[in-house]
Amino acid sequence: MGKILEVKKLKVSYHTYAGEVQSVRGISFDLNENETLAVVGESGCGKSVTAKSIMRLIQTPPGEIKQGSEILFNGKDILKMQDEELRKLRGGQISMIFQDPMTSLNPTMKIGKQIAESIMIHRGLNAKDAFAEAVKMLETVNIPNSDKRANQYPHQFSGGMRQRAMIAIALACDPKILIADEPTTALDVTIQAQIMDLMKDLQDKLGTAIILITHDLGIVASVAHRIQVMYSGLIIERGKTEEIFKNPQHPYTWGLLLSVPRLDAVNKDVLYSLNGTPPDLLRPPVGCPFAARCEYAMAICNESMPEETKLSETHSVSCWLQHPMAPKVKSPLNAGGAE
Amino acid sequence: MLRFVLKRFAYMIITIFIVTTATFFMMHSIPGDPFASPKKLPAQTVKNINKKYGLDKPLSTQYALFMENLVLHGDLGESYQYPGLTVNSIIAQKAPISGELGGEALIIGFSLGIILGIIAAFKKNKWQDYTVMFIAILGIAIPSFVLAAILQYFFTVKFELFPTSGWGGLKFTVLPALSMALGTIAVYARFMRSNCIDVIGQDYVMTARAKGVSKVALVYKHVLRNAIMPSITMLGPQIAMIFTGTFVIEVIFSIPGIGRYFVSSISDKDYPVILGTTIFVAILYIISVFVVDVLYGFIDPRIRLSNNKK
Amino acid sequence: MAELSKGKFKIIGCENNNSDEIVRKNITYGEDAWRRLKENKVAMFSLVLLVIIAFMSIIAPYLRSFGVNGVNPLTTNISPNSTHWFGTDDLGRDVWVRTWAGTRTSIIIGVVGAMIELVVGALYGGISGYIGGVVDDILMRIVEILNSIPYLILVLIIIIVMQSNGIIPLIIGMTLTGWTGMARMVRGQVLSIKEQEYVMAAQALGANSPRIILKHLMPNVVGIMIVDVTLAVPSYIFAEAFLSYIGLGIKSPNISLGALCSNATPNMMFYPYQLFWPSLVISLIMLTFNLLGDGLSDALDPKQRQ
Repeated sequence: MGKILEVKKLKVSYHTYAGEVQSVRGISFDLNENETLAVVGESGCGKSVTAKSIMRLIQTPPGEIKQGSEILFNGKDILKMQDEELRKLRGGQISMIFQDPMTSLNPTMKIGKQIAESIMIHRGLNAKDAFAEAVKMLETVNIPNSDKRANQYPHQFSGGMRQRAMIAIALACDPKILIADEPTTALDVTIQAQIMDLMKDLQDKLGTAIILITHDLGIVASVAHRIQVMYSGLIIERGKTEEIFKNPQHPYTWGLLLSVPRLDAVNKDVLYSLNGTPPDLLRPPVGCPFAARCEYAMAICNESMPEETKLSETHSVSCWLQHPMAPKVKSPLNAGGAE
Repeated sequence: MLRFVLKRFAYMIITIFIVTTATFFMMHSIPGDPFASPKKLPAQTVKNINKKYGLDKPLSTQYALFMENLVLHGDLGESYQYPGLTVNSIIAQKAPISGELGGEALIIGFSLGIILGIIAAFKKNKWQDYTVMFIAILGIAIPSFVLAAILQYFFTVKFELFPTSGWGGLKFTVLPALSMALGTIAVYARFMRSNCIDVIGQDYVMTARAKGVSKVALVYKHVLRNAIMPSITMLGPQIAMIFTGTFVIEVIFSIPGIGRYFVSSISDKDYPVILGTTIFVAILYIISVFVVDVLYGFIDPRIRLSNNKK
Repeated sequence: MAELSKGKFKIIGCENNNSDEIVRKNITYGEDAWRRLKENKVAMFSLVLLVIIAFMSIIAPYLRSFGVNGVNPLTTNISPNSTHWFGTDDLGRDVWVRTWAGTRTSIIIGVVGAMIELVVGALYGGISGYIGGVVDDILMRIVEILNSIPYLILVLIIIIVMQSNGIIPLIIGMTLTGWTGMARMVRGQVLSIKEQEYVMAAQALGANSPRIILKHLMPNVVGIMIVDVTLAVPSYIFAEAFLSYIGLGIKSPNISLGALCSNATPNMMFYPYQLFWPSLVISLIMLTFNLLGDGLSDALDPKQRQ
């Protein structure tokens, strides 16, 4: 399984009337073939911006992908590609699906045509053949009566079906990477499960690598191979799914895991929640961004950024608690659930 | 779809009926009984007119006869100022001229306006945007009659490129159409620009870009189809106003259109002509609105499908 | 890296942190809109220019001793000079005084027309939208029918029927169908706001109707009302000018900018200044109102709130 995507030192800012908002403050990560990488974090932590940067869909101005950032797809830097190459990449090699399927589909174009459009651009088929392929794609994503449905408009589909249609569009040209930006956030819980199953299924069938962006740890467990946790524009912990769930090391990750309501919780009256809100990215803190909300914060945390500590080949975390001089802290998570 | 069309058609008929009736009664409420048959005409003609329009009968009978003439024969009345001249013939002769002028102005205004608006939206805040906006500003600020006067002065007197007045060939239409078109260009350019900017910011445009859609296809298939709709809604009434918006320009350039005739019939107090012309223009306007509504239903599937759900 | 002392590694937690504080100052909708408007140089320039023009229309005629209709056969058609700053017309009347007096009339007509349109339209649309149901259907049908009537024709008919050329019939004719646009807009806003979640949230919290209307509906509707009024004024001024131009608007002894242009056009070839000044003023008024309206529309758009 080789690396198909390498993101190096990605920094993205937005220029607003109030100043420069640093959305992504220098992150690096890789994606391997055929794997699912989950990017988890609160709203505003920079995960969507990261995703859009990969496809270079950031509006510049007011956005800016800073010098020194690199995004390598099969060795070629996406940030340096010319327009024509970029166009072939989008939808052909890398596809993206978005959070709100209602507004993400063209209201005046038939669903079948929207899928066929992608096919015509990247696979060179004529309109008729492309439409037939589109109908097949709808079947692949489990939409019944696909030939009838292909001739309908987005507002005639239900929410779950629209998201399936988005997936059909995204996978129509068999891309190497699918970026799913909060694909289930706007859907009901039962539909969420169906969509996640569908994505896993398609990955098995087509071998697509998936970057799954979400704030919901719940859906990640069964689908993702690896997880990276983002906070305030930085990756603060990353590892294989088991490693993160069984042995999380960062207090923020603990907070996220504790926040997932559990049926076997000992104390069912109190739902755990993290205090406070993420820091303002206009003036990001000098030290660890989580320090202001961290129970275990130390003086050093407010002064400088922790380095990344490698816990295994695949598991690493950026936290001062890992420093040999720091006290040993036991994770509040144990098999029984919330304390 | 059919139900939608039928519903709109019914509205159209009702509106025409209301407007025609209202206009008739309003005109007949003018003190001094302007519709009393003119004394200057030969006795037989007067008798014929009285019979046809029921001028010696009560108002309700007059109304009935009027509607009968209108609906069954399409007869809009006769001029009192120029005996023997029917409103229909006047309209047949002059309306096409106004229509040509107004139509030309609208086509130029609309197409140029839309194109400029799209350019401005895609090159937002760059020099193309500012140029278009400048032209638009000129179009808004300068009233058409001022522009007409200026154009007339410069291009017919100072540089004798075009004729000052009259009608008869393409060169007679240039200055008048241009005077009217600039305002239209301004309106559509600004409107289209703002609609395009709105649409460009929509999620589905992001989806299209993520699919690798080319810039041209993006503009045409995704942005334009969605952005142009409000402009087409605006176009409807303006098509109808083709015949009513040319008054002043016709006066300035001495163009023998229906507008100029309408204005002069007002000062001549030729009430049957005023009534007939008014109704003609109103009906034309209402029909145009109907046609545009139906076309709109074709282009935007949400409209006709949601209408059916009602 | 600097020397790390053991003291730095003592756990102090986050109890005394007010990380809930949001750094930027909280400003109200009105303040935000004003701030955005101020940044828009074009709109501010228009506002200033408009104030200047209005000011001039009030005091400028008093700066010269000539009356508005002071006919003087000795001073006909004089080009602008130090006595007659804008020159005189074919009856010897001072163009400066007439232009500014005409401006006054035009602006008054514009503003009054727009105000009537605003009040009638907003009430009609607001009531229709708020009550909804059958009442709404009927009221909107009436609007649809009114909208199908060609505006110019209606104005002309009113003027002919009322047989007078004063300001009143003019305004009645112009506003008779003009308010439909405002009514539709206000109704649309009211309908969409009614459905929106924050109104339901307010109701869930126990807010009663007047409070809902005041605090939730109004701020959203006020924005478009202001913009519509600002853009309606020039259209009324233009309509009046148009009508005066064909002889149906303001007649002597009253004057307006349109009437002035109309009188001056036949002489345009010989005495262009007579047409120039009223044209300039009317163009500036149209321009500034439109630019200001645009600026207001951008500034008041709640979606662009930063």
